[in-house]
Amino acid sequence: MTTDTGNTGKSNTFAFQDKLFARTTQFFALLVLVTLLGIIGSLIMGSWLTMTQTGAKFLVTDVWDPVRSLFGGMAPLWGTIITATIALVIGVPVSFGIAVFLTEMCPPALKRPLGTAVELLAAIPSIIYGMWGLFIFAPLFAETLQPFMINTLGKLPIVGPVFQGTPNGFGVFTAGVILSVMVIPFIASVMRDVFDTTPPILKESAYGLGATTWEVVWNVVLPYTKTGVIGGIMLGLGRALGETMAVTFVIGNAYNISAKLFEPGNSIASSLANEFNEASDPAHLSALITLGLTLFVLSFIVLALSRWMLSSMSAKEGKRT
Amino acid sequence: MNFSFKVLASTALLAVAASAAAQTTITGAGATFPFPIYAKWGDEYKKATGVAMNYQSIGSGGGIKQIQSKTVDFGASDMPLSAEVLAKDGLVQFPAIIGGVVPVTNMDSVKPGEMKLTGPVLADIYLGKIKTWNDKAITDLNPGLKLEGPITVVRRSDGSGTTFLFVDYLAKVSPEWKSKVGVGTAVSWPEGVGGKGNEGVAQYVQRIKGSIGYVEYAYAKKNKLDHIAMKNKAGQFVQPTEGAFAAASAGADWKGTPGMAVVLTEQAGEKSWPMSGASFILMHAKPAKVDSSREVLKFFDWALKNGGKSASELEYVPLPPATVSLIQAEWKKITDAGGKAVF
Repeated sequence: MTTDTGNTGKSNTFAFQDKLFARTTQFFALLVLVTLLGIIGSLIMGSWLTMTQTGAKFLVTDVWDPVRSLFGGMAPLWGTIITATIALVIGVPVSFGIAVFLTEMCPPALKRPLGTAVELLAAIPSIIYGMWGLFIFAPLFAETLQPFMINTLGKLPIVGPVFQGTPNGFGVFTAGVILSVMVIPFIASVMRDVFDTTPPILKESAYGLGATTWEVVWNVVLPYTKTGVIGGIMLGLGRALGETMAVTFVIGNAYNISAKLFEPGNSIASSLANEFNEASDPAHLSALITLGLTLFVLSFIVLALSRWMLSSMSAKEGKRT
Repeated sequence: MNFSFKVLASTALLAVAASAAAQTTITGAGATFPFPIYAKWGDEYKKATGVAMNYQSIGSGGGIKQIQSKTVDFGASDMPLSAEVLAKDGLVQFPAIIGGVVPVTNMDSVKPGEMKLTGPVLADIYLGKIKTWNDKAITDLNPGLKLEGPITVVRRSDGSGTTFLFVDYLAKVSPEWKSKVGVGTAVSWPEGVGGKGNEGVAQYVQRIKGSIGYVEYAYAKKNKLDHIAMKNKAGQFVQPTEGAFAAASAGADWKGTPGMAVVLTEQAGEKSWPMSGASFILMHAKPAKVDSSREVLKFFDWALKNGGKSASELEYVPLPPATVSLIQAEWKKITDAGGKAVF
C-alpha cells in the first residue's frame, strides 16, 4: 500500500480513474457494435451458398422444396409482412385509445391499476400467447367471428375474396390478431408515457380556447409527442416482425402466397423455428440463414424508414414557423 | 492453514472421483421419435450397471451431424443412411426399436378404426385431389359410414422422422406423389396446414372437424385419437397395433440390405401395418474413443436383450431375436485401430 501525498499525485489518480471509467464504458458500447457486425458477418457467411447460387431471385421465388433442394423466400417474407401489417392495423388504434383514455379521461383511482395491467400484458412470455391462441382463441374464432366475417365481409364486392375460406380458426389473419394483442401493451405504454410528457400548459390553453378532448389530443398532444409515438409503433412492429412461437402455433405453416387472410401461411421466424433442427442439407441450412438475413434487412429498412419519416416531419415543421 | 489444506485436498479427491464417474457416461443425440424409450432404457441401465446414458433428442438431422463431427458416442436417425453415405463417413448403422405412424381423423360420425383407406386414396387426399369426405373413392371403401364435408389436411411443419415414414409410404403407393413431392424429413406439401411436432398435429386434428393428420402410434394411443384402418400390401385392411408393426419387421430383409437400411413401410405380410418404421443408431466404424464405443455397444446389447418390456409399455415394438443376432453381427464392424472388434 502506498499513499499519495500532495495535490498533483491525487489529481493524477483521479485523471486515471476518469480515463479508466471512460474506456470501460466505451468498451461496453463498442461491444454492441462488434456484436452487430459479427451477427451480420455470420449471417452473410451462412447465406453465401444461397446468395451465390440463387441470388436476388430468392426473394421472388415461392417454391420451398427441401426434397429437390429448391428454396425461395417469397412466401415467408409475404407472410411476415402481412401478419405484421394486420397486427399494426388492429394494434395502433387500440393502443392510441388506451393511451388517450389513461392520460386524458381516466379517473385517478383507475389510472394506476389500468396502467399496471397494460405493462403486465407486455411481460407475458410469447409462448403463452401462442398457447392461448392455439387452445382458446383459434377454436373460439372459428366458431363465432370467422363465419360471421365470411358471411358479411366476404360478400363485399372488391375486398370480399380476402375474407373467404374455410372457417378452421388458423391462418394468417389469426396470427395477425394474436400479434396485435402482443404489440398493444408495448405501443400503448410508450404512447401513455410520451403523452404524459406534454406540458400541461399547452393542453390547458387549448382546453381554455374551447377545444374538445379529441381536438386537444389530435392537434396538441400528438404533434408534440410524435417522435415518441412513432418510436412506440416501431417497437411494436419490431416485435411483430420477429415473433416466433406465438405465430408458429396458429399461422398454419404452409408455404403459401395468397391474398386470402383465412388461408394458412408462414412467416420467416416460424419457418426458422420449424426447420432449423432437421435441416441437414447445406442448401437448406443456407436458405434458412438467408431468410434470417432477410428479416434482419427488413427490420433495418423499417428502422430507416421511421428515421426518414421523423426527419421529413421535422423539416416540414421548420417551414411552417 | 492446515485445515484449509485438508479441505482443498478432499475437494480435489472428490473432483477426481467425479471425473472418473463422468468417464462412464455415454452420450448420444438425434431422433425425437425414439427419445422416450432411449431415456427409459438409459434410466434402467444406470440402475442396473451404474453407467449413465445421456441422450439429447435434437432431431435426426442433428443426430447425423453430431456423429459426423464426433461430438457424441452415437447418433440416432429415423431415416436410415444409404450404404454409400455410411461408407463415405465410416459409419456403422443398426436398428434399435420399431414403431409406427398412424393416420388420424376427427369426424363425429366415425368411431376409431372404423374408417378404411387405401394408400393411393390417402396420397390423393394429401395431394389435394380428393377434397371432400363424400368423394366416391372414400365412400366406396366405407359403404356403411355417413361421410360428408370438406377435408382439412394436417401435416408436420417441422422436419421429422415421422414425416419421412409417412411420405415414404405415400411415394411407394402413389407414382404421382413420388414424382411431384418425393421423400424426405420435410417436403414441399401441396396441401394443408402444418402443426409443429406430434402435439401440434394432434391439436389441429382435434380442433378442426373433418380433418385428417398423421402422428406416431404412441402419441395417437395416449391421446385417444381416431385412427384409420389401412390396406396393406397383401390387400388386407389392418388396424395399427404393436403386432402389426412387428409383422412388418418380421418380413423385412435386414440381412440382404447393406447397412441394415430397411424402411419398414409397405412390407409384405397379411398382418403388416404399412407405415411401420425402425429407428436407427449410427456409430463410427473406427472410433477414436474405443472405450466409449464399447460402452455404447454394451448398453444396446443390454437394451435389446432386456428392454423389451419397457418398450411395449411405451407402445414401441422391440426387435425380434433373429434381428438382434444380425445386429450383433453388424457390431463386429466396429473395430479399434488394430482391426479388432471392440465388443
